[in-house]
Amino acid sequence: MLDVDIAGRVGSLEFQARFASEGGVTSLFGQSGSGKTTLTNMIAGLLVPQTGRIVLDGTVLFDAAQGVNLPVQERRIGHVFQDARLFPHLSVRSNLTYARWAGRRKGDRDLEEVVDLLGLSALLDRKPGRLSGGEKQRVAIGRALLSDPRLLIMDEPLASLDQARRNDILPYLDRLCGDAGIPILYVSHSIEEVARLSDTLVILSDGHTPAYGPVAEMLTRTDLGRATGRHEAGALIHGRVAGTDAAWGLTLVDIGGAVLQIPDLPAETGDTVRLRIRARDVALALEPPQGLSIRNAFEATITSISQETGPYAEILCVLNEQTIRARITRASVADLDLAAGKSVTVLIKSVAIDRRQRSVGQGSVNGAERV
Amino acid sequence: MNLFDLQPDEWQALLLTLKVAAVALALSLPAAILVAYLLARYRFPGHGLVNALVHLPLVLPPVVTGYVLLLMFGRKGPVGAFLNDTFGISFAFSWTGAALAAGVMAFPLIVRPIRLSFEAVDPKLEEAAKSLGARRIVSFFTVTLPLALPGILGGAILGFAKAMGEFGATITFVSNIPGETRTLALALYTATQTPSGDLAAFRLTLIAAFVAFAALIASELLARHLRARLGGADA
Repeated sequence: MLDVDIAGRVGSLEFQARFASEGGVTSLFGQSGSGKTTLTNMIAGLLVPQTGRIVLDGTVLFDAAQGVNLPVQERRIGHVFQDARLFPHLSVRSNLTYARWAGRRKGDRDLEEVVDLLGLSALLDRKPGRLSGGEKQRVAIGRALLSDPRLLIMDEPLASLDQARRNDILPYLDRLCGDAGIPILYVSHSIEEVARLSDTLVILSDGHTPAYGPVAEMLTRTDLGRATGRHEAGALIHGRVAGTDAAWGLTLVDIGGAVLQIPDLPAETGDTVRLRIRARDVALALEPPQGLSIRNAFEATITSISQETGPYAEILCVLNEQTIRARITRASVADLDLAAGKSVTVLIKSVAIDRRQRSVGQGSVNGAERV
Repeated sequence: MNLFDLQPDEWQALLLTLKVAAVALALSLPAAILVAYLLARYRFPGHGLVNALVHLPLVLPPVVTGYVLLLMFGRKGPVGAFLNDTFGISFAFSWTGAALAAGVMAFPLIVRPIRLSFEAVDPKLEEAAKSLGARRIVSFFTVTLPLALPGILGGAILGFAKAMGEFGATITFVSNIPGETRTLALALYTATQTPSGDLAAFRLTLIAAFVAFAALIASELLARHLRARLGGADA
């Protein structure tokens, strides 16, 4: 779908990026200054790489060897900029339809449909100067959607918003990522957003792309600690809502072979959900413990233990083909005599489960199937 | 003959001045917009030279500009002869020459505010327009130009005022012919050179002041309207 293999030098940054994505939501993740915006600008055509090749849906957008460099306006890439970049002299309606009347892009997406999806109906006759930050971003997303794009680039659309505004706009992004049917390249330095929204994860670090792959797999890779941020490291697991325990306010999620109890999970029975479990919220025990307040305890098998020099060790356990990541001290590893292949009890604090997950369509646990 | 009793030749001078200034503006404004955009958005070899050329009429004595125009566009001048032979357009000693002189003299004053307002338009908005499929020319007319309108209006007003009051280059280039090239400024000068021309000079002064004042008020109203349209408040 999207194939990128480019290199160049931008300012003082030696830049080399290489990844492929099969659709769905691809997140470009890295710290500030790692070259995320440079990379998206090159894909969009706003910057020119020195060498390499960019192919989208079989169309060559850029090929240094063949001298191909499609101009921005012909790439059909919807670009949602960090700073929205709405046209201040045009109404929201004219902004949304700009690609139609100025860009001669027709497309089959209705204005009404997009207005509904993003909740814009009350804003149509306003000027951008009278919108809040979150509203501006929603209009910018709608404007890009209505430009008949083959790819939607979202460059940290939430970065300029405070937490309350982010929480306003995230549900719209959830719906968009689920429903739009357009592959999305989502740029972020927030592992939470990435884990919540994406299917494929591309790590960007100092202008290089050391790794990319399915998001669940990438988040459990212990060798990428520096790029993903140690503190927030964790694993994604998929499950299906099996039922609710109304008396105790718990939702039961079947993750295949085990049932998690999660408080106040906003999902219906039968929903497929994705959960994020932070490594620091997982503890390990040799025996199923007695008299403990933690309700989620399962048998799992250790697959790897990362050897590090610091006080901590990262441990991956497999439970019915789903990987859970634990972060415990190296001293505990030695005390419990942990090793790959050993059976342990994984303890997950109920409260630690990231409830802000995305509920994807039934039978499509693997997000890539949506495309 | 009192203060408010305009003489036919004074009416003539007023109408001629408005005609000359309007034509001068109509000719120089599109060129000024183009040059201002090039200077604001592009760095090309000769950027400084173009910039200097544009500002030349501002720093040269107007008589010099008029004389250069006479050499170039006069009946025997290279450009003037060519235009006369090919299109039958003649500038020498006609009101079209007065309009040309006024346009050239006003040009730098028109370019400057327009260039500033182009520079104030965020190029990122043009990038956004391109990402939505708009070609450069389309994004210019739908985004850049509308956002630069206040500056364009300012340049036009300044240019119009300059064109109305142009004196030195005009009298050097096309002389002071009643009904043909004698604009308000030239008529005023003539009146001051005439014995008993004081009253006429005073009337012409009032007319000039009135026209200038009216233009300022009109531009202020228009600017207010534009600001409301551009600045986010729903006008």
